[in-house]
Amino acid sequence: MTTLTTATPATEAKRSWLQLIGWGLFFAVLAWSWQGAEMNPLALVRDAGNMATFAADFFPPDFSNWQHYLKEMVVTVQIALWGTVLAIVCAIPLGILCSENIVPWWVYQPVRRVMDACRSINEMVFAMLFVVAVGLGPFAGVLALFISTTGVLAKLFAEAVEAIDPGPVEGVRATGASALQEVIFGVIPQVLPLWISYSLYRFESNVRSATVVGMVGAGGIGVILWEAIRGFQFAQTCALLIVIILVVSAIDILSQRLRKLFI
Amino acid sequence: MSVAIRVDRLNKSFGRKQALFDLALSVQPGEMVALIGASGSGKSTLLRHLAGLARGDAGSIEVLGRQVQSDGRLNGDVRRQRADIGYIFQQFNLVGRLSVLQNVLLGGLGRMPRWRGSLSLFNPEEKQRALQALERVGLAEFAAQRASTLSGGQQQRVAIARALCQQAEVILADEPIASLDPESARKVMEILADINRRDGKTVVVTLHQVDYAVRYCQRAVALKGGRIHFDGPTAGFNPDFLNDLYGGDLDISLLLPQGQRPRAVERPLTLAKA
Repeated sequence: MTTLTTATPATEAKRSWLQLIGWGLFFAVLAWSWQGAEMNPLALVRDAGNMATFAADFFPPDFSNWQHYLKEMVVTVQIALWGTVLAIVCAIPLGILCSENIVPWWVYQPVRRVMDACRSINEMVFAMLFVVAVGLGPFAGVLALFISTTGVLAKLFAEAVEAIDPGPVEGVRATGASALQEVIFGVIPQVLPLWISYSLYRFESNVRSATVVGMVGAGGIGVILWEAIRGFQFAQTCALLIVIILVVSAIDILSQRLRKLFI
Repeated sequence: MSVAIRVDRLNKSFGRKQALFDLALSVQPGEMVALIGASGSGKSTLLRHLAGLARGDAGSIEVLGRQVQSDGRLNGDVRRQRADIGYIFQQFNLVGRLSVLQNVLLGGLGRMPRWRGSLSLFNPEEKQRALQALERVGLAEFAAQRASTLSGGQQQRVAIARALCQQAEVILADEPIASLDPESARKVMEILADINRRDGKTVVVTLHQVDYAVRYCQRAVALKGGRIHFDGPTAGFNPDFLNDLYGGDLDISLLLPQGQRPRAVERPLTLAKA
């Protein structure tokens, strides 16, 4: 616990010095990263002509294969759906096991570290690994989304659990309930609206992620998108991007509507 | 089973502050006891220890002849033991998003197989018992409503119905009326007194308001600084004693409205109907 100190002139001066040093450090890191990232805004101006030609290749979009695109987009949503549902099923117990107000430290610490690991590696990396493990195709995408989403949802679920009112849990405990029953009747009803909202939100972002896992061979619209880009079929690429934008936006709007119902 | 509650040399500290000192107490079956004292005197702490919701540092507690805790260790079977101990909280502690009836049904959890309770598979008999409990506290018509939509006084009566559905032999009520308006407080106290008189349940209730203790309880245990300061019939209360108990920071004339002995004791105890 820190104690509140009233600002005296001396601490005030010290604070402003610290602020100055902090800003200085921030700009130093920015400058350093400029070099590392090989920032070159002039290239945008110099190569403007090239880019205009490149952009012109995108139009008009080529929708001649639209039935195929739509079918693959449906597969993409199906990948996202299964990846998310499997993740929710696993994140419920794992989220509880990550909550410091429910389990002792020697449970939540290791479980949290495992969830951190699931989260810290991007689903693209998992997709590449699962393509090797289970072969090319949508199932590898499902597994990739499942692992990383479990990591994210377990953390979000645990945060909701840690913010509950302990009163009802104690009320359930006082009736002679078991520890599991305390969670079922005391915790879950309190966190359910938030959990549903988080799950829908993750489904939205998983639809976006599912459009790219195909690039490494894990199924969905990403496969044909990658083929179109590599074949310099930019009119088709443009059509694919439009399909993705429309479907992802539609799902975003739908899930937002659903989430509002639960909050 | 000679005593309902036996506390032996119970000690408890929170950090460096000791809350209970060598506390010893016994309560006979069928008694209705008021635990009174100023804020921080240790009465709520004591009550939480009786139900095994808190662990003491030393000393032992027995409820209904079975040990709840001893020298800081809870009985391994404390979860089942709690089924016999109904607990009423100041903040009601209902599950707000569950219906009133579901909240009352939770009272049965300690007495049914764990798997059945966890799946909320309550049998008709248990549902009947829950409805009867709700009827008794006068709230049957709200059974299907979410608990959070009820007023404070109604929520507290639902909490009592939960304890009734629990079929607890001992009922511990921790400041049950401290958050309620006078009319709701009266209803809650009358239901508790009725459970004590008609069903013969042992009731221990912590109270801020001494006039309620005098009106509803024959025996009072007064705590001061974590020690028992007085234990005896409420009839023995007088302003000097209360001044001493509360350290003179209360207007005692408010606590004992009719001189030393409130006449309200003779009031017939009727069960709340509303």
